[in-house]
Amino acid sequence: MIKEIWKDKFARAALLVLITLYGLIFFADFIAPYSKDYSNRAFAYVPPSKMYIINEKGKLSFPYTYNYIRKYDPDLMQTIYKEDRSKKYFIRPLTLGAEYKILGLIPCSLHLFGTERGGNLYLLGTDINGRDVFSRLFFGGQISMTVGFLALLILFPIGLIYGGISGYFGGKTDIIMMRFAEAIMAIPSFYLLIILAAILPTGMTSAMRFGLIVVILALIGWAGFARVVRGMVLSIKNEDFVLAAKTIGASPLRIIIKHILPQTTSYVIIAMTLAVPSYILSESGLSFLGLGIQQPDASWGNMLKEAQEFTNLLYRPWLLVPGGLIFIAVLSFNILGDTIRDILDPKGRKRENLR
Amino acid sequence: MKILGYIFKRILQTIPLLIFVSIISFFIIRLSPVDPLGELRLNPSISQETLEKEQRRLGLDKPIYIQYFLWAKSFIKGDLGYTAAGEKVSVKLAERIPNTLLLTLVVIFSTWLAGIPLGLLGAVKQKTYIDRLLTLFTSMGMAIPSFFFAILLLTFAVKTGWFPVGGLTSYNFAELSFWDKFFDIVKHLFLPALVLFTISLSGLQRQMRANTLEVLDSDYIKYARAKGIPERKIIFKHALRNAINPMITLLGFEFAGLLSGAALTEYVFQYPGLGRLILEAVMKSDINLVMASLMIGAFMLVLGNLIADILLIITDPRIRA
Repeated sequence: MIKEIWKDKFARAALLVLITLYGLIFFADFIAPYSKDYSNRAFAYVPPSKMYIINEKGKLSFPYTYNYIRKYDPDLMQTIYKEDRSKKYFIRPLTLGAEYKILGLIPCSLHLFGTERGGNLYLLGTDINGRDVFSRLFFGGQISMTVGFLALLILFPIGLIYGGISGYFGGKTDIIMMRFAEAIMAIPSFYLLIILAAILPTGMTSAMRFGLIVVILALIGWAGFARVVRGMVLSIKNEDFVLAAKTIGASPLRIIIKHILPQTTSYVIIAMTLAVPSYILSESGLSFLGLGIQQPDASWGNMLKEAQEFTNLLYRPWLLVPGGLIFIAVLSFNILGDTIRDILDPKGRKRENLR
Repeated sequence: MKILGYIFKRILQTIPLLIFVSIISFFIIRLSPVDPLGELRLNPSISQETLEKEQRRLGLDKPIYIQYFLWAKSFIKGDLGYTAAGEKVSVKLAERIPNTLLLTLVVIFSTWLAGIPLGLLGAVKQKTYIDRLLTLFTSMGMAIPSFFFAILLLTFAVKTGWFPVGGLTSYNFAELSFWDKFFDIVKHLFLPALVLFTISLSGLQRQMRANTLEVLDSDYIKYARAKGIPERKIIFKHALRNAINPMITLLGFEFAGLLSGAALTEYVFQYPGLGRLILEAVMKSDINLVMASLMIGAFMLVLGNLIADILLIITDPRIRA
């Protein structure tokens, strides 16, 4: 299958983009010049640092940058930042910076790049708390890009078993189980999402909150998935091999799990690749509203929350970058999902139920 | 007469569904640790009398299943209680629902107008550069987060000043003539509608393309071609009609998707719709309002599916057989 994906130009690009993104967030601590908790309160909304590779004499030089100094402009009645041209700070590869732990175990303070001591390098400016937006993109990505997968790990077993049981037993069980699933589907999913997120008790640790957001996301999607699985089980359960298993005396649960559900594999793979991006979107929407991942933790959604204020819209466009990343990630997943679907299910008969 | 019978049966089927929805939403909300009257208690302008009335209406001292029946009884009577700000929930909802319906209907109408021909075009010109371009465009439309797109358009509106931002009407709306009123609403509606239009058009175009491809692959089209019927006639007379039928089922789902998508868009554009109402209610833990808007949202969704099914019963004779 990988071979076939590789043959398609778009799918190959999408796959490479995703591998790069996951690689970057995996090495976030190393690549990001600043730590997750770094904040320089005196430097809120600093514009992106400019990098120079041609010095004042017009000659090529090692990349360097200037620090910003904060000034108050009495005419505009706001703080402005100006470059302090008096001292250069060279940007060096492999510098020592904030300490982190490799895989949460080995302490290390080596970073991919940084400036000389005393210099500030804000590649994408800072936010309201003086935190480096560029660094936070990586830490935000760690959450935004994994939430979908984790939700799927919860959702798919539930959907498979639920749909399997409902379809296999049929009759009254089927009617009751399906009516329940339909009722869940009848609540506009985003409404349900925000309500579930809003009733989470306050004062949880960020890890707990993350876990519960995952669970909530999973609770939204299982019903639709279970319905499709049920439909497939209905068509499979009268096949000869199921009858054979019954004759041997296999228990219903065994038949469902061992004989029927494996038949749905290709559908499940398609549904999974197409579901991940929708969870990325849901999480970012939720965090954007302030109901998902909470500060000080970063997620691409909650980083965008600031961007919607009018002054930020006009004067601080660098705050919009996380939105671009969500777009790229979701687009790549969609393209990949479409290609996988075309490979596994060329006639596209099942596609209608996926969205 | 037979059609009416089917429609009647289909309407009856929605009643248990709505009851089920109400039970689920009620228990989700009531089992949460939020005090249903907490906000109301904190509001100094709410009299003790109103509080007691609410307490009695909700039966907060009784077990939870009795609370549900009390709530359902007053809901059916149309008494939805008070918001945290002390307004009647029913009044608030009546104010917002038309706005959301207006937005949703405009979007559905325009996406169908554009999506069906574009889907057909994509299928007929399959694998040409037009199709590739359309696919690229729809992939992008599906990938852009609605709120991010909304923010981008908001930036555009603020920078150019071409579009008013926030609300549905200007401050001087009451003084305008009929046509000015009309254009005022159109201007306010344009950007939120554009966001939702782009996103739902993408899904619709792809679906229509897939359906058309499937129909074009069917035996009766091959037969029609073999008979030598002109290609134009095959596409517009035979393929189009059959490809549109499954789209009608989608109409119901689209309605649901729009209700959800509208919430974020309404929030960013400060559009006075149901989605923003429920968001604000959730954030203020305004329980009466949340519960009522949840029910109305579900009701609208079920209604959307119902209308889609009825349309399908009318258009597709196979379902009646």
